[in-house]
Amino acid sequence: MSDSLWSIFINACLINNFVLAYFLGICPFLGVSAKRDTAMRMGMAVTIVMLISSLCAYGIHQLLLLINAPYLELISFIVVIGSTVQVVEMIIKKTSPVLFRTLGIFLPLITTNCAILAVALFQTNRNYNLIESLIFALGAGLGFTLALLLMAGLREKLELASVPTLVQGTAVTLMIAGILSLTFMGFAGLGT
Amino acid sequence: MEIRTKVITPDDKSPSHSDEFIKGLWRENPVFVQVLGMCPTLAVTNSATNALAMGLATCFVLVMSNTLVSLLRHAIPQQVRIASFILIIATFVTLVDYLLQAMSLTLHQALGAFVPLIVVNCVILSRAEAFASKNSVARSFLDGAGMGLGFTLGLLYLGMVRELLGSGSLFTFMLLPDNFEKWTIMLLPGGGFFTLGLWLLLINHLKRRKAQP
Repeated sequence: MSDSLWSIFINACLINNFVLAYFLGICPFLGVSAKRDTAMRMGMAVTIVMLISSLCAYGIHQLLLLINAPYLELISFIVVIGSTVQVVEMIIKKTSPVLFRTLGIFLPLITTNCAILAVALFQTNRNYNLIESLIFALGAGLGFTLALLLMAGLREKLELASVPTLVQGTAVTLMIAGILSLTFMGFAGLGT
Repeated sequence: MEIRTKVITPDDKSPSHSDEFIKGLWRENPVFVQVLGMCPTLAVTNSATNALAMGLATCFVLVMSNTLVSLLRHAIPQQVRIASFILIIATFVTLVDYLLQAMSLTLHQALGAFVPLIVVNCVILSRAEAFASKNSVARSFLDGAGMGLGFTLGLLYLGMVRELLGSGSLFTFMLLPDNFEKWTIMLLPGGGFFTLGLWLLLINHLKRRKAQP
């Protein structure tokens, strides 16, 4: 890989934003983006889990290469992510009850967030080394948080607007997401 | 597609087997009514071929995992059921991934990382948890097939609109004349959001009209 770390970061965070360009993690994006506060917490939780599971996925990939069993990759990734979420939940509960209360219900939900699994899959597909993987995971997590926060801000404004009843709910959220996605295309020239 | 207007009341304990199949196609369609499994829905529907392939792959995993979960529903302990479901799903997804790679490499490359990502498609886990773990094998099989086909149909609707407007073709056959100005936005991520939003709008409208006699 000739990519510099900075370009990996910008790429994962802005140019190929996980939510708005790759459509990953759409479920939490539509589900918990009603308030800025919850969006921020969800973003934080996802970023933390992404970093840890990226680290684990890197280790597992090396191990599976060693024993020559690539077909186990997907299964072990999903098991690792599930258990990472559990462990992170327990550790946070022990060490920082305040943070635990803040993240609350969002931690278990993350297991089925496809953005996490995608980070693990993409970093193996692109043969990132350990540092690159971690930077990639950080960028993806921050990009996810940014998209969630922007969406939440817009939806808070939307509460005050008079939206026709026909488009209320998911339909109008998707329209906004489309426009956001178009604006993010403006970042396309940044990475090169 | 046949639109069934029959309404099953919640206290109707045993809907017919055919109804288990039909409900996924329209009344409880995973894409348009339940709005589940959005990630693959939006990501791979920039052409009808990709949409069909993705839909069928998901359908296969859904049917197989529903059947197996239902077979094992008395053997799986309550506490570890989610983990077991995910393991079962991951096994079938790995199968599909290698199968697709063997059958058509170009298709596999077009779908990219989204084949392994079927694991975290919420439609599959939600059917395993909400239906297959509580119902007989035959019913779970039909439910999986119906939901899977409904999902495929939803993907196809999106994929056909996006391909027709974005590249002027359908299943790679050119349909629109050359002088048609292609809507490139339809192939871009934004177009996916817009198309799904418009479909939901149309369905809201149809539902509303049916409710008012």
